[in-house]
Amino acid sequence: MIGIFFVCLTGLCCLLIVLLTAVVLGNIAYFGWGLLSLKFLLTAPSQGMTEGGIFPAIFGTFFLVLLMTLAVMPLGVMTAIYLNEYASKKSALVRWVRLAIGNLAGVPAIVFGLFGLGFFIEFVGRGIDKFFFAGHLAFGQPAIIWASLTLALLTLPTVVVATEEALRAIPPAHREVAYALGATRLQMVRRVVLPQAVGGILTGGILAVSRGAGEVAPILFTGAAYFLPYLPKKLNDQFMELGYHIYVMATQSPDVEKTKPILYSTVFVLLALTFGLNFTAIWVRSRIRRRLRLTK
Amino acid sequence: MPTQPAAVKKEVPARPGRPRPEGSATAPRWHEPLVEGVIRASALTAIVGLFLIFVFIGKEALPLITSPAANQEASLGRIFATQDGHYSWQPVSTVPKYSMAPLFVGTLKMTFVAVLFAIPLALGAALFTSEFAPDWIKEFIKPVIELLAGIPSVVLGFFALMVMASYVQDAFGIVYRLNTITAGMALGLAVIPIVYTMADDALTAVPKSYREASVAMGASPWQTAWRVVFPAALPGILAACVLGFGRAIGETMIVLMASGNAAIMSWDLAKPARSLSATIAAELGEVVVGSAHYHVLFLIGISLFVFTFILNLFAHWFVSRLQKRILGTA
Repeated sequence: MIGIFFVCLTGLCCLLIVLLTAVVLGNIAYFGWGLLSLKFLLTAPSQGMTEGGIFPAIFGTFFLVLLMTLAVMPLGVMTAIYLNEYASKKSALVRWVRLAIGNLAGVPAIVFGLFGLGFFIEFVGRGIDKFFFAGHLAFGQPAIIWASLTLALLTLPTVVVATEEALRAIPPAHREVAYALGATRLQMVRRVVLPQAVGGILTGGILAVSRGAGEVAPILFTGAAYFLPYLPKKLNDQFMELGYHIYVMATQSPDVEKTKPILYSTVFVLLALTFGLNFTAIWVRSRIRRRLRLTK
Repeated sequence: MPTQPAAVKKEVPARPGRPRPEGSATAPRWHEPLVEGVIRASALTAIVGLFLIFVFIGKEALPLITSPAANQEASLGRIFATQDGHYSWQPVSTVPKYSMAPLFVGTLKMTFVAVLFAIPLALGAALFTSEFAPDWIKEFIKPVIELLAGIPSVVLGFFALMVMASYVQDAFGIVYRLNTITAGMALGLAVIPIVYTMADDALTAVPKSYREASVAMGASPWQTAWRVVFPAALPGILAACVLGFGRAIGETMIVLMASGNAAIMSWDLAKPARSLSATIAAELGEVVVGSAHYHVLFLIGISLFVFTFILNLFAHWFVSRLQKRILGTA
């Protein structure tokens, strides 16, 4: 009898988590829906953020994650290929790389922000200024390139883990057939492994973008700006970003009641963006898992 | 990429100057070692990245020991011990005070609330889905947890600040609108998915034979789950808790927005609090590069890094123990 009570208790835990999630999402959907319109998405804020839309923040977010993807995808995919196709499973290097990836995933986001400032801006950026711009300030300041590289390091584990899962789903027999036909290892990877892993690689990319679009702590000091009258065009421009926009509007707004509808709608847009990406990733991944089950 | 035929032989006219070697199926592939070198090199990114994080954050914290000017304003003694009998964090007053103690206390009490809220819920839910729930509930819960995990922390912070704060204030009858309990509970929402996912993995990794043996001996489903499966998965569950704890300590945006950010030396859960991570986020933007304050913020950063690093190693060690236990005895 007492057992049934505990079973119900664990069920209640489940129910509570579902309810909490529903309350958070429901609240944001309910209050965020109101202001949403094409005009809201496509105009810039005006009147000290109390009117207008959020176009520059959306643009900045897309630009940011685009640069981040360009940096993280090749590195992450090649890391996964090395771990799964090249290295012998028991080599010490493989263990070290895996340990490093696990640890990187656990580093607090704000530490990445500090790293972006200390390494990319103060060290790399200042270095570039010294050698190529004769000391003029060009890259040694917060900029979209540094913010995106910081995010790339943060999302590296996501890409590696997803790609590796896809690589493991490919039956070893396919590799053996390629070798039997006389393919070299690189030919095997390019013509046999990679085409089959495209789905998993895509999943990793989508999850990384979704994560990168939502992180605010790493870009606080590496390039995000509260308000800019222009859109970022060059790699060393600053930029507006959805998450940062939410943070600043929620904590430093001069007129909280007036900005509240805009704020809610901005949160809604950010959530829709990350969830849209996550759902796509879950869908792609479930298809891969189904194939994995079939081939086993 | 040169358009050489890969594995299948075709009639390809040999290019002048680069004869095909005897016995090879394809032309010499000069670029292979190059590409393989690049692949090997990029595998090192994660290691190099971790190393650079440590070096470049540590480098900015180092002047607190080496530079006399920074040392005079904020020596390690002043950071960890009292200053004029008080533990205070007042970095921008006329006599700056840099005692990290209130920040430690703030971080710990918010983490405590978060962990106390999240870990029982997440473990209970994991036990339910792995042991008792029918398949359709499992198929429903997992995407919900992924949804929760996908909510950006700035959104959770926003929700805590705008909605939760008022309810928590009323429910507990607290004077301050932003307090430790609000921030801790919002933090808990971020911790739940991590603990759930890892605990669920650990529980489902326990071989079926354990459950069958237990049921064959007349144990009830609850006895099987609690006395057999849970202990068998314990290392993995500990790893889940450790990682959840690490996430709670390092999480920034939620506590920055929902905790009230007052650096007070008090364990009172009804009062506002300020965490280590939120201190960096709130102050680094306005600090003079190279000042003592700047170096102290990097010291906080390197402490967070080292601490979560150690927690991660622990979690890793627990997981490898779980694998050994299950593979070794299954």
